[in-house]
Amino acid sequence: MTARLSARAVVFTLLGLLGPLSLPGQAAVADELSVAVAANFSGPLEKLAAQFEQASGHKLLISAGSSGQLYTQITQGAPFDVFLSADSDKPRLLEAAGLGVAGSRFTYAIGTLALWSAKAGIVDAQGKVLKSGTYRYIGVADPGNAPYGAAAQQVLRALGLWDTLNRDKKVILGENITQTWQFAATGNVDLAFVALSQIIAADGSISGSHWLPPQSMYAPIEQDAVVLVHGSHRGAAQAFVSWLHHDPLATAAIEAAGYRLAGL
Amino acid sequence: MMASTDLAALWTSFELASLTTALLLVLCTPLAWWLANADSRARVLVDAVVSLPLVLPPTVLGFYLLIMLGPTGWLGRLLHAVGLPSPVFTFSGLVIGSMLYSLPFAVQPLRDAFQGVGRRALEVAATLRASPLDRFFSVAIPLASRGAVSAAVLCFAHTLGEFGVVLMIGGNIPGRTRTASIAIFNHVESLDYAAAHRLSATLLATCLLLLLSVYTVNRRLRAAIALA
Amino acid sequence: MSLAVQAALRRPDFSLQVDCDLDAGGVTALFGPSGCGKTTLLRCIAGLDRISQARIRFNDEVWQDDTHFVPTHRRALGYVFQESSLFAHLNVRANLEYALHRVPATQRRVGFDAAVGLLGLEPLLAQRTQRLSGGERQRVAIARALLTSPRLLLMDEPLSSLDQASKAQLLPQLEGLRDQLSIPVIYVSHALGEVMRLADHMVLLEAGRVRARGALQELLTRTDLPVGHGLDAGTVIDAVIEAHDTEYHLSLVAISGGRLAVSMRNLPPGSHIRIRIDARDVSLALKPAEQTSITNVLAARVLELHADRDPAQMLVKLQVGADALLARITRRSVAQLGIAPGCALYAQIKSVALME
Repeated sequence: MTARLSARAVVFTLLGLLGPLSLPGQAAVADELSVAVAANFSGPLEKLAAQFEQASGHKLLISAGSSGQLYTQITQGAPFDVFLSADSDKPRLLEAAGLGVAGSRFTYAIGTLALWSAKAGIVDAQGKVLKSGTYRYIGVADPGNAPYGAAAQQVLRALGLWDTLNRDKKVILGENITQTWQFAATGNVDLAFVALSQIIAADGSISGSHWLPPQSMYAPIEQDAVVLVHGSHRGAAQAFVSWLHHDPLATAAIEAAGYRLAGL
Repeated sequence: MMASTDLAALWTSFELASLTTALLLVLCTPLAWWLANADSRARVLVDAVVSLPLVLPPTVLGFYLLIMLGPTGWLGRLLHAVGLPSPVFTFSGLVIGSMLYSLPFAVQPLRDAFQGVGRRALEVAATLRASPLDRFFSVAIPLASRGAVSAAVLCFAHTLGEFGVVLMIGGNIPGRTRTASIAIFNHVESLDYAAAHRLSATLLATCLLLLLSVYTVNRRLRAAIALA
Repeated sequence: MSLAVQAALRRPDFSLQVDCDLDAGGVTALFGPSGCGKTTLLRCIAGLDRISQARIRFNDEVWQDDTHFVPTHRRALGYVFQESSLFAHLNVRANLEYALHRVPATQRRVGFDAAVGLLGLEPLLAQRTQRLSGGERQRVAIARALLTSPRLLLMDEPLSSLDQASKAQLLPQLEGLRDQLSIPVIYVSHALGEVMRLADHMVLLEAGRVRARGALQELLTRTDLPVGHGLDAGTVIDAVIEAHDTEYHLSLVAISGGRLAVSMRNLPPGSHIRIRIDARDVSLALKPAEQTSITNVLAARVLELHADRDPAQMLVKLQVGADALLARITRRSVAQLGIAPGCALYAQIKSVALME
């Protein structure tokens, strides 16, 4: 008992000494937030993290992965503070299971599907290339576990192409949206359904050739965030989530990255 | 019971492991023989290169293969020039990737077994009128058979469990490049844990049976050969 | 047979310089102390080690010269290694057949049954090699080498890894082989006893060089060679059994210089045998002694005298009939008896060993 108390005393003393030292000019203690983020949003999140740190002093420790992996880890007790998913299902499941803080879930971005080829001139602006079938392989993220894949499947079904393409063995399923993009970027598939955020450069330009299917062709890709119960920095986590949802700098950055915002 | 796609995935895994093992045994035996007997400096270099797949993360290996074999990579372009299609997303591509990935598991036990044969047995064979090729087949191979079994088993098991390379260049095509390890991963990804459990358990049980039978046969073989 | 060997090798701790013609059949011993290069030379003759500066010609075939090198498996020789080196994955019969099958039928001069019979291997044929004793393994190895129908048999200290009992068992079989086969043999050994029993000719190697070569008896009795100075120095003489004295259990043996009595052996009269007389067992007398237990006395003429390693002793080389004999006696006796080259005197031989 005594030993434990002394250990605690040491730790608290150290924290007390170090806390003020790490943030000259800041009154509050700065936290390091563990954020689990779906791979397709990890790039934009890096930029947002810099802005958030400037604004609040809190740092973000980003763990990117596929939503499925991250979900599994969270259900097994991984100590993340916030989960930014690529879909809305997993955060909803976490909330229902009591792993997500009630009421903290919201849609932070709405994904835009894009049909893309690394080569110019392959994909026309109306997407007619799909019906022409003049390609060997088309990459699609696995609809079973990637929301962009499910969306792509919806588009192809709407065009009546899903079954024929599979029958002709032209569909290459990527494990996640990142791998799908890799297949297209290395030219191993002629074209692929990827996230707009993956192909849009910082200045807004897009290399290669692309087509943005009309939003009516697929269910909106709502990407939800949720604060996690087992995180250790609840206050900072909620500050981050609130900033992400409402701060004009944050929302502008999200849009610039190729996403849409949920109706406020 | 298991879904038919899962059964197909199991079958693909076993096909891949068998073909890779067979090809590696054939190709690596002369290489291992040379490594065991060569005196040249090149041997150290070849040894190191052969061991590279051990230290390279499989995903890295797969990634480089993806780039090299793709239409922009030098190997892909070479194949295209010769009129061959790209092996990416094909079973042959998986075989190539697996052979690279499991190479040291075939070469090293074989090389050690050949080294264990020693010079004397081969000298004796030479004095008994056996040509170098004859010596290789009539003396070296039988005396090194234990190593060959080790190599085969290691290769097979290693390839069965392969994930990173297949993930990178396979394309997850059911019945063609969707192996059991990929299928299990997919089930976990889509939160279908029950299917993941079933497939994993089946894979584990089958492997265990296979290994047990190989080791039993090997033991009987050893008793018959009675290697000192 | 004719085997011409030229070999030069230089290593930091060893050098070999040999230029030698071995022109006779029978058994030629390559004799010398350990490290003198005997095995190196033998392996070079066999082609197992390739010495860059070597020329080897066997009969009319060039096995090696500056531009050619015939690999071992194409040389018509058999080789018996020091340790038996049987194939562990084959049983005895399969080991033997390994050799036989690699000789075209038309070139086979040693048959399977003949080899098995010569070495007494019938009971062992089905055995695994791991079960055999050292002596048995060497017998199999010898039979296996014979089954290649070699035109030259090379043996590298085949008995040195065996215990005394196995050696004692195997030596007579080797003698039997020598007598029954007409294959020339080169036999490497550092054991004088083996050489005395088996060899017809000897090549004496010292520090990688040929010190002397010639007929066995001649080299054994040369007082200028170290072989004549060892503790077991002596001579070997070819003899014929004349008769048996069954009452006293003796055999009477004829040599060129006379007749000797030895412990009886069960060989028919007329049998050719080899006898060995050690220098330490020969004493000299100016007149034949009377009333002495020594029965073997031969007339002899002194050829040479030589200092012995032991300063108290001297070596005396004698001519007995057509044979040479060595005697080791004290220097004092030499002086007191006035023994000098040319003297006629009598050699008293205490012990005659019959080699069989």
